[in-house]
Amino acid sequence: MKVLLKNNELCIGCKTCETTCSSLWFKEDNPILSRIKIAEEGNSFNINACNQCGECIDVCPTEAIYRDKNGIVRINENDCVGCLSCVGFCPSQSMFYAPKVDKPFKCIACGACVKTCPTDALSIGEEDTPLEKVFYRENV
Amino acid sequence: MNTYKNPYDLKKIKEGHKLLKDFKYDPSPVIKGYTEKTLYINVGTKEIKEKNVPEKMKELFTGGRGYDIKLLWDAVNENTKWNSPENEVVISSGPIGGTTQYPGSGKSIVMAISPTTTLPVDSNVGGYFGPYLKFSGWDALEIQGKSDEDVIIFIDGDKGKIEIYTAPFEDEDSHLVSEELTELFAETEKDRKFISTVSAGKGASNSLWGCLNFSYYDRRRKVARLKQAGRGGIGSVFRDKGIKAIVCKYSKIDPNPNQAVDLDTIKDIGAKYHKELHDLDASQNDMRHVGTAHLVDIMNEYDLLPVNNYKFGQHELTPRIGTNVWRDKFSQGMPDGCWYGCTMQCAKGIDNHILRTGPYKGDSVCIDGPEYETAGGVGSNCGIFDPNYIAEANFYCDTYGVDTITFGTSMAFVMECYEAGILNKEITGGLDLHFGNGEAALELLHRMARGEEGFPKIYGLGIRRMKKHFIENYGADAEFVNSIGMECKGMEYSEYITKESLAMQGGYGLANKGAQHDEAWLIFMDMVNNQIPTFDDKAEALWYFPIFRTLFGLLGLCKLPWNDLEPADNGETDEPAKVPEHAQNYTDIFNAITGLNETNESMMLRSERVYNFQRLFNFRMGGGTREGDKIPYRSAGPVTNEEYLSRQERYDNQLVDKYGFSAEDVKKMTTEEKVKIHREKRLKDYDDLCTATYKRRGWDNDGVPTIEKLKSLNIDFPDAIELLSKR
Repeated sequence: MKVLLKNNELCIGCKTCETTCSSLWFKEDNPILSRIKIAEEGNSFNINACNQCGECIDVCPTEAIYRDKNGIVRINENDCVGCLSCVGFCPSQSMFYAPKVDKPFKCIACGACVKTCPTDALSIGEEDTPLEKVFYRENV
Repeated sequence: MNTYKNPYDLKKIKEGHKLLKDFKYDPSPVIKGYTEKTLYINVGTKEIKEKNVPEKMKELFTGGRGYDIKLLWDAVNENTKWNSPENEVVISSGPIGGTTQYPGSGKSIVMAISPTTTLPVDSNVGGYFGPYLKFSGWDALEIQGKSDEDVIIFIDGDKGKIEIYTAPFEDEDSHLVSEELTELFAETEKDRKFISTVSAGKGASNSLWGCLNFSYYDRRRKVARLKQAGRGGIGSVFRDKGIKAIVCKYSKIDPNPNQAVDLDTIKDIGAKYHKELHDLDASQNDMRHVGTAHLVDIMNEYDLLPVNNYKFGQHELTPRIGTNVWRDKFSQGMPDGCWYGCTMQCAKGIDNHILRTGPYKGDSVCIDGPEYETAGGVGSNCGIFDPNYIAEANFYCDTYGVDTITFGTSMAFVMECYEAGILNKEITGGLDLHFGNGEAALELLHRMARGEEGFPKIYGLGIRRMKKHFIENYGADAEFVNSIGMECKGMEYSEYITKESLAMQGGYGLANKGAQHDEAWLIFMDMVNNQIPTFDDKAEALWYFPIFRTLFGLLGLCKLPWNDLEPADNGETDEPAKVPEHAQNYTDIFNAITGLNETNESMMLRSERVYNFQRLFNFRMGGGTREGDKIPYRSAGPVTNEEYLSRQERYDNQLVDKYGFSAEDVKKMTTEEKVKIHREKRLKDYDDLCTATYKRRGWDNDGVPTIEKLKSLNIDFPDAIELLSKR
């Protein structure tokens, strides 16, 4: 399964990724609308984007969140009722919400930010699958 | 997924439907939390009409329980009995009801004149019905009249139509009828989540303490889950009206179904709360994995878990029905909220339980619960420490439409009467109803649900009527049964020992609806933390908490997210018991939905108004005075020598420390003398507490709201004034 891999050591905090992401998905250069967030932590930076662990799948009351055939965790907007349970329960706080946007949003490893990152801090690469710790299956 | 030995026949059920009435309407959109319309259905005359909500009603009664009480007040008169045609079942959510972002925002509040208390009773319940009803265009639903044949009512919020059908072939019991109708009215399997039903069961038809089951379709378990409006016998009213079920369908839930003015604020509050639950719940109450059943261990530890009809508060076998047992039995790893977005998800369930008794023996079913009250009520309070019995009794109570609390507390009373020799096998129909006999308890439940004459019928009348019957027919000692029969106003106690908390005795005794703890749960503040030592302190708590907690019912909210999770810094606030941050959330969300600019104080005024109106309603129906607030002595102190001796050191010390006797005097007293002194002192304390609380609440010395109080709350309606003027 290919996910967005992050190398904090190479990040210089330019936030080009946030611009790229929000411009692509919301047609607006606005860090609040980015599915990847850069936070300054002392002298370094922390890159926060979904690692596709899938814990939100088991939290979603409407089963709007699912893992697609490539292993990426996605939100079916038709089924989402905007409860934001997934936002509160994301272990890495990588599920986001924003003013005037009624439903949560997250990184789906599209790779757009990889192409614009000036320092190669971002890449698309292999991750173990699936990562969910708990997943209810009928009669188990 | 449930599996049945005798599966139901949907084709036959559908063929049995004869349309009796249809009604088309344009669903009013929900704007700022309200549709401004209520729905009236008379199942006797088949009249269906919409009513506009007057601006004054909205301003004074807010919604939810407030709307219920206003509509019920207008529908009945002082002579209305529970089974009078003019009695109503009223259901309303409230302006916050149906919010998806904040846990516990999907409640319905139901009211009716109660069969057991003969007073207005309110009961709140989860499930999808209340929000779906509102989104279908109705701030409240009132059902009046009596049908001479079983009917179902179908409210289609998508298409704007209401239909009443005959319902000869649906099952009566809730786990079946809810599933049948969910399947029947959903066009596809995926659509089942858009259906919610209200139903009761055979037990509701054959007792006075039937509950209502509100359903929601659990798409992971593939079963129509049930939540109960348990207290006060509203399910019995429902069945007496000839209603088998109400079905509501609504499919267009979105993130802002209430058309809130400021959704962004609600999102911020909700996301913060979800994160708090994620971070803190496991180290606080672990509601997400055990629900309210986490209380079993805690109550046992503090000597508060009812054992053997509230004689004792602890038992060595409690670990057998303790928190860890339920954590293991509940299916984990999926959302268990009874409305969207409730990450507190206390609606736990046991899957694939094979029934071993009763009409569904051998079926594999999902059990909703047990909650703490059920484990304590049907379990420890009856001296039964078998989790499989508790699960089985929980299932059958639910599907029969029987309130588990009332079933448990009534059974505990019967068992003590049996052990005291008041009852015997000849009277009970051969049942050995000693404490601990779960098989006999289940058999009595099945017999009652089947409508068997004799003792099952008497049992289904509840404790107040049983006491009278036992005194008149079996020669029972009146003082004894009146002391141990744990009911107040005709409602059976829920499951806490209150002997060492005077404030909690008031929490039960002074509650509007009867002996339920949802108005005030003050045991820890009072007994454990000693935060309210004086009568005035207790009276203040008995003003604040019942008024504050009324708010949940007005707005369509569950109480649990308020204080079953506390912010990390809650202990540093001025009044931790009030959980100020979470209390503030409700005012903020109400303002964000309605666009109003309310304060916590003005929200309290909304509650106080409805609370006082309910007390006045009690008075109108023949209650609502000091006499009705009297409590059975067992809730105040030890009735028997056995109870006294079980905690002798505590009681002896109290005679010295609290009541001023010398240690020498106490040594010379017999146990009977000591029991008598405690009784006199404790009942006087309770009476003094009532006096102090009435004063704080602005009521007269007999516990009736004064005309001045009504005026200050703007509820001095002409009929209310006339009522009080007769005094």
